[in-house]
Amino acid sequence: MNFDLADQADKFVMLLGGLIAFVVLVGGLLLVLDVIPTKLAERREARLAAAAEAGAPIPAGAARGREGWLAFGFLAPALLLLSIGLIFPAIRTTILSFMNGNSTEWVGFDNYTWMFGQPDIQNVLLNTLVWVLVVPALAATIGLLYAIMVDKARGEAVAKALIFLPMAISFVGASIIWKFVYAYRSGEQDQIGLLNQIVVWFGGEPKQWLLEEGFKLNTLLLIVIMIWIQAGFAMVILSAAIKAIPAEIVEAARIDGTNAWQMFWRITLPAIRPALIVVVVTITIATLKVFDIVRTMTNGNYDTSVIANEMYNQSFRYGETGHGSALAVFLFVLVIPIVIFQIRNIRKQRSEA
Amino acid sequence: MAVKSRPRQALAVATALGLALTAAACGGGDDNSSAGTGDCSTYDAYKHDGTEVSIYASIRDTEADLLEESWSEFSECTGITINYEGSGEFEAQLQVRVDGGNAPDIAFIPQPGLIKRFADSGKLKAVSADTKTQAEANYSADWLKYATVNGQLYGAPFGSNVKSFVWYSPKTFTEKGYKVPTTWDEMIALSDQIAGTGEKPWCAGIESGDATGWPATDWLEDVMLRTQTPEVYDQWVNHEIPFNDPKIAEALDRAGTILKNDKYVNGGYGDSKSISTTAFQEGGLPILEDKCTLHRQASFYANQWPEGTKVAEDGDVYAFYFPAIDAAGGKPVLGAGEFTVAFADRPEVQAVQTYLASGEHANTRAKLGNWVSANKKLDINNVQNPIDKLSVGILQDASTVFRFDGSDLMPASVGTGTFWKGMVDWINGGKDTAGTLKYIEDSWPK
Repeated sequence: MNFDLADQADKFVMLLGGLIAFVVLVGGLLLVLDVIPTKLAERREARLAAAAEAGAPIPAGAARGREGWLAFGFLAPALLLLSIGLIFPAIRTTILSFMNGNSTEWVGFDNYTWMFGQPDIQNVLLNTLVWVLVVPALAATIGLLYAIMVDKARGEAVAKALIFLPMAISFVGASIIWKFVYAYRSGEQDQIGLLNQIVVWFGGEPKQWLLEEGFKLNTLLLIVIMIWIQAGFAMVILSAAIKAIPAEIVEAARIDGTNAWQMFWRITLPAIRPALIVVVVTITIATLKVFDIVRTMTNGNYDTSVIANEMYNQSFRYGETGHGSALAVFLFVLVIPIVIFQIRNIRKQRSEA
Repeated sequence: MAVKSRPRQALAVATALGLALTAAACGGGDDNSSAGTGDCSTYDAYKHDGTEVSIYASIRDTEADLLEESWSEFSECTGITINYEGSGEFEAQLQVRVDGGNAPDIAFIPQPGLIKRFADSGKLKAVSADTKTQAEANYSADWLKYATVNGQLYGAPFGSNVKSFVWYSPKTFTEKGYKVPTTWDEMIALSDQIAGTGEKPWCAGIESGDATGWPATDWLEDVMLRTQTPEVYDQWVNHEIPFNDPKIAEALDRAGTILKNDKYVNGGYGDSKSISTTAFQEGGLPILEDKCTLHRQASFYANQWPEGTKVAEDGDVYAFYFPAIDAAGGKPVLGAGEFTVAFADRPEVQAVQTYLASGEHANTRAKLGNWVSANKKLDINNVQNPIDKLSVGILQDASTVFRFDGSDLMPASVGTGTFWKGMVDWINGGKDTAGTLKYIEDSWPK
């Protein structure tokens, strides 16, 4: 199809307008954020100096009070947007989860009993559990082993870049890549899928991988994609943590005659524990929300659906808002303990420090 | 499944055809538009100068361009600017837009089930008296029934398609001496004959992204219309008999004699399981490579053939009517189509809705190509390609027993949910016939 640039001129004008508006707004905001506090600080210093000269006691509360208002002024837009975009929808979703499909009647806990009563949805919950158990554990382990192996090795940067690359690909992009890896053609044809080609090389029959429901094989094959993406993230964080272990400790351990095994369990692991927890928690939350991979690869067919995918289908495709909201609330409830754990951890570290 | 019926990509044939027609229309445009501007009087009744109407639908690409062209004269003469938007995520996004208070003025909804949902929740506006008169004059009561909720008419039928077709290659048929079957038994005999040569007679593909499974529901519906009476079909669709009634099991098993028969399927792709991972767009393509001979798919599959494929009775590919089992029961035809429903009742919106239901629009649109409608005023001579002519002929044939795509009539959680999913499991061997039907029955909203 022809693309006439001149025809699109109005769109470009609009784009330009948008860009200018963005620059003005953000620039203005930055200016204000920079200028006002500086001005205030200057004034306070002047006032303090004047007070010191006059020998009067310094009025501590006044300046702080005004700063408090200023801080609130800056926080208010963020709070407002948060409540519009996050808090209000969360409350509304919770309310909708107690209503019927088109949100006209109250149904009590029906949506929740439906969720746990349907074999279909039970399978969805089971799949999510498999995801959450496998992905963080494997991604963190692989990332950690890799970080230790390449640490101070030759070509460390290149080796790290290689495993970090998948992080740069969107989940949908990664899924499409892996769709080709698992692609199937019948035995007599040329294979276009990497995995089946390998199977054929070893004299096997090509398989329709994404249809293999036994032992949750297809779900595990989808999980591989998530690990492929997340291992790089784990590696980068853990590698930084390993590098941050004080050299004295390592040296002291060496002098004490530790072997590599003891070094790992007694020194490295305890030292990077906080980073490891951050990695596991972050990946766990990302895994609970996994949606793009499942939707792109199988759309939840062949018993591979997960909560987020089912939630989207129920709410937006089947018009069962109640069911979808109940799933959303359940997902929210699952994430809460992890978040609390993480917050407590950070607090503990702070008080230790 | 009418939504997906609109081809998702502007594929070669459609594009080429569309461009050619657009060019032709532009070339001849001078006399056309001068005649048009001279004759704006046809649109006098619709005049609403300086107003805007937004339309939202699932029709995209070339077909969307043709649509916009079809009402350009109307727009010029009446002063109503029509803002058209097509989306690949139409169903989900429409719901979001309506919930968010950002509903389009008019939507082309291909699922009566969805129309009912919006009508029940009070979001839709009943049609104006003018639209009603126009719709009743141009469409049969059968078609109007699908847009009627609680006795109120909410929209007029618009474009349609015919699903009861089996695609084949006339060339291959002549070469190998096959005859186009006219009864179910002949079709099975032909399949056995082809299977006897070691070739797979049938191709099929039901993968369609997040709509995977819909072509298989069409199979079941088409077979239901052949093993049962249309009345039983209606009872099934309206859930007056359970989804796992023995009558449905019988139909599904009969579909299985083709779809789950490894001797019959899946030409060019593998065993019968490969049906669930073969994209519906690619499902029938092996016909061109002689890897299979028959492919049951709707009229809109015409758009999927690669550029240069001649779709005609003596060409590379063509389609025959999916034969009935018992010819005495008439000529059952499965089809689908979209309906123009309005979320606003401003006079200009009603004017557009009325115009879209008129015979003038149907003919204007048909002349541009790629268009089938059940509009009685549609002159078959204005329909462009052979398969569309065949479809319009079937729709206008008095002996035709027409039924709307059942999955589009069912509640969305079944029609676009468990029914699709169940059929995927069934093809896959994950569940047997009884298990599949029970699974769908259990999911029917209480």
